[in-house]
Amino acid sequence: MTAVEVGTRIDLDNLPALSLGCTVFAGGGGGDPRIGELMAMEAIHRLGPVEVLPLEALADDDLIMPCGMIGAPTVMVEKIPNGAEGRVIRETYEDRFGRHVAAVMPFEMGGINGVLPVAWAAYAGLPLLDADFMGRAFPELQMLTPHLYGMSGSPAVITDERLQTIVFNTRDNIWLERLVRNCVATLGGSACGGLYPMTAGAARRPAITGTVTRAIRMGEAIRRGGEDPLSAIGQVAPLTRLGQGKVVDIERRTSGGFVRGSALVEGLAADKGRLFRLEFQNENLVVLEDGEPLATVPDIITLLDLHTGHGIVTEGIRYGQRIEIVAFPSPEVWTSAEGLSAVGPRAFGYDFDYVGVGVRHG
Amino acid sequence: MAEPGRLRVGIDVGGTNTDAVIVDDQAKLLAKVKHPTTSDVTTGILSALRLVLAQLDGAAAGISHVMLGTTHATNAILERRNLNRVAAIRLGGPATHSVPPLAGWPADLRAAISCGATIVDGGVEMTGEPIVPLDEDAVRRFLDEVAEQAEGVAISGVFSPVLSDQEYRVEELVREVLGDVPVSLSHEIGSLGLLERENACVLNAALVAVAARVTAGLGDAMTVNGISAEAYIAQNDGTLMSLDYVRRYPILTIGSGPTNSMRGASYLTGATDALVVDVGGTSTDIGILTAGFPRESSTAVEIGGVRTNFRMPDLVSLAIGGGTIVGPAGDDVQLGPGSVGYRLTSEALVFGGTVPTLTDAIVAAGRAHGIGDPSRTAAHERLLRRAVAASDARIEEGVDRVKTSGRELPLIAVGGGSGLIPDSLAGVAGVERPENYDVANAIGAAIASVSGELDRVFAYGKDGRDEAIAEAVRLARDEAIRAGADPGHVEVVEIEEVPLAYLTDPVARVRVKAAGPLKTH
Repeated sequence: MTAVEVGTRIDLDNLPALSLGCTVFAGGGGGDPRIGELMAMEAIHRLGPVEVLPLEALADDDLIMPCGMIGAPTVMVEKIPNGAEGRVIRETYEDRFGRHVAAVMPFEMGGINGVLPVAWAAYAGLPLLDADFMGRAFPELQMLTPHLYGMSGSPAVITDERLQTIVFNTRDNIWLERLVRNCVATLGGSACGGLYPMTAGAARRPAITGTVTRAIRMGEAIRRGGEDPLSAIGQVAPLTRLGQGKVVDIERRTSGGFVRGSALVEGLAADKGRLFRLEFQNENLVVLEDGEPLATVPDIITLLDLHTGHGIVTEGIRYGQRIEIVAFPSPEVWTSAEGLSAVGPRAFGYDFDYVGVGVRHG
Repeated sequence: MAEPGRLRVGIDVGGTNTDAVIVDDQAKLLAKVKHPTTSDVTTGILSALRLVLAQLDGAAAGISHVMLGTTHATNAILERRNLNRVAAIRLGGPATHSVPPLAGWPADLRAAISCGATIVDGGVEMTGEPIVPLDEDAVRRFLDEVAEQAEGVAISGVFSPVLSDQEYRVEELVREVLGDVPVSLSHEIGSLGLLERENACVLNAALVAVAARVTAGLGDAMTVNGISAEAYIAQNDGTLMSLDYVRRYPILTIGSGPTNSMRGASYLTGATDALVVDVGGTSTDIGILTAGFPRESSTAVEIGGVRTNFRMPDLVSLAIGGGTIVGPAGDDVQLGPGSVGYRLTSEALVFGGTVPTLTDAIVAAGRAHGIGDPSRTAAHERLLRRAVAASDARIEEGVDRVKTSGRELPLIAVGGGSGLIPDSLAGVAGVERPENYDVANAIGAAIASVSGELDRVFAYGKDGRDEAIAEAVRLARDEAIRAGADPGHVEVVEIEEVPLAYLTDPVARVRVKAAGPLKTH
């Protein structure tokens, strides 16, 4: 599997596939990509397709702009962005660094944020990098790969639909998370931002490459997969099936700027008699059976609609849904000791260690 | 001799036939009739009602309720006919400009409905605070521009389900500038999710004239036939609405047809878990009954290519039915997409017409008896045989798509065109063809539930959320019972909770709908 397909463009034909792929790789978080897809559709409709560029195609000193939305996706489905947020972030960085941005990059490849930067790239006439800093979706701003390499998220830029901008220069990335989270709450619960701006040369180590084209391939495979979406999905990324069932209880609460909660899934068919418990904080964190973990972060845990193979985001879980619980192996960078201390089960308050699904389920 | 005041009439208007039934207060079927749907629709209702009353001596005086299920609204949207021209106002700028109103609508539907759309500064945050002040001048300017064309106005504000003041204010401005034009407010129609709510709101505004014609037509048909009874129209969740309510929220009638046929199929067979295939003249709907009710779709529902967030039965719809026109396609056969619709009885081969249809195909195959003259199909034998095979394959595939497990389920075949369904299908535990299968829809309407709704803001306070929800449920149940539901059988159909984050104490807008069968005397 090559990491990069030369000459990929995102147009009105493959945009829905990208969006669909983002539901699978989000691990339940990042929000329904639909609103990002509609924004990108509108932008491509007006200004034409977006070129997807491998990181190798950029010179070392080219400036890249990692960007996305921050906050509650449930707010963004009401208070949809203005559309000029990407331009404001770009102009702020260009002022700051005294040079042009060479490419736009999604900082998170899952949910809304895998699609939203496509709109901003189209409006700016810039290419989109085939890479991101998470390889999935995560809830906090220190959960990006550059943080593991000691790189700073500052200067970070936050802007809202009123096109107010706030630039953050923080002591460290934990402060960045804290200050941005407060600021986003004040702006109404969701905002747009640029984080960890850097040159292409600096991005070569932390970037997880090939994730945009992989999401497109995933979406296309599901759309072609017809009656058997699961095997189509398994052909694009290594997939572990954890169980099949029906959602029998769902509990969600918003606290500290996150949606936390759990779902109970009663086994069906071959899994009849089993009971799974899924716990999430924006993203799916763990799947438990009889109190024992079947899979944990940073592996990507996704609920797939049994019939269509579409990924279900945590806010879309409903009583009665028939689903398949699956997991994909985490991007390698997160399974190092430093990676696990940032995004492993203990980082989310669990009293057990990470064991990869590949190891646990052979 | 009918007992006074204990009879109910169920009417179903389909694309091909208008069916009417009379049932007693035990929901026992006393009379039924099928009559071709007329192009003006109303005449068909009137005639069907007259014919079904004629089967039962003195029935008119004994009718207490008339329930109508109709596809008027769905068809108006699908066919882009009889729709009001709507001016769409979104209160949300400077937010929301990245996805304008009516984005992603099919171009022809948009052309048929929209006479202009705008985004003005306004809307509120999830806290209820204004995003920016409402730009009333911009609203007035827009209304002046569309004054000549607008036959309806749809007003949708960001976070209006949380705080709806601005939508009401803009309604006042519409009254000032345009006078008495129908207005739809998004917070009365949908829940959170601006685009889906706005879409539903615009479609609702476009259907006001259709709703006025249907309700007036039903009223006339009842008067002419000497019926003075309560009239209701069925909505998408299988409950009934008063005519007043339909005039304000016509969009809610969409999807009632499949719900009625599935509830009717359940009633006719006593089955509570089964596949239901309803074959009409122009289309076939395949759904699943779970515990006697249609399984609802978990994904967003598209109406005529427009995404909305309604609760609808989870269906696979095929564009084939008894009236589907059959033609050659090279060496193969082409099914539809055209249908002779209500002209079946004049245009199909077996009725002496010249158009080969799927009805001709099943008559030729010996699957339907007593329909027209089978000998007239002889000249098209090969074509019709292929048509049956192609139709069987489509239905089998559709049935498989609806199922979510490998378990075999019984299949209930209903609808006037149900001869199209073969006796054995893969994954099906047997095909049941109940007596009166052809009027399942109308029976479903006649036995539909009456409902009560409550929509109120609750402070959760010291008693907490559970107490507040319990109170809301109790009030909605009372409302349903007041509307005539049997107190012993009222169930909660829907609970929706929108937290109002702008107040420091936990406060939420709670919407509860309860419904039950009509109380018998």
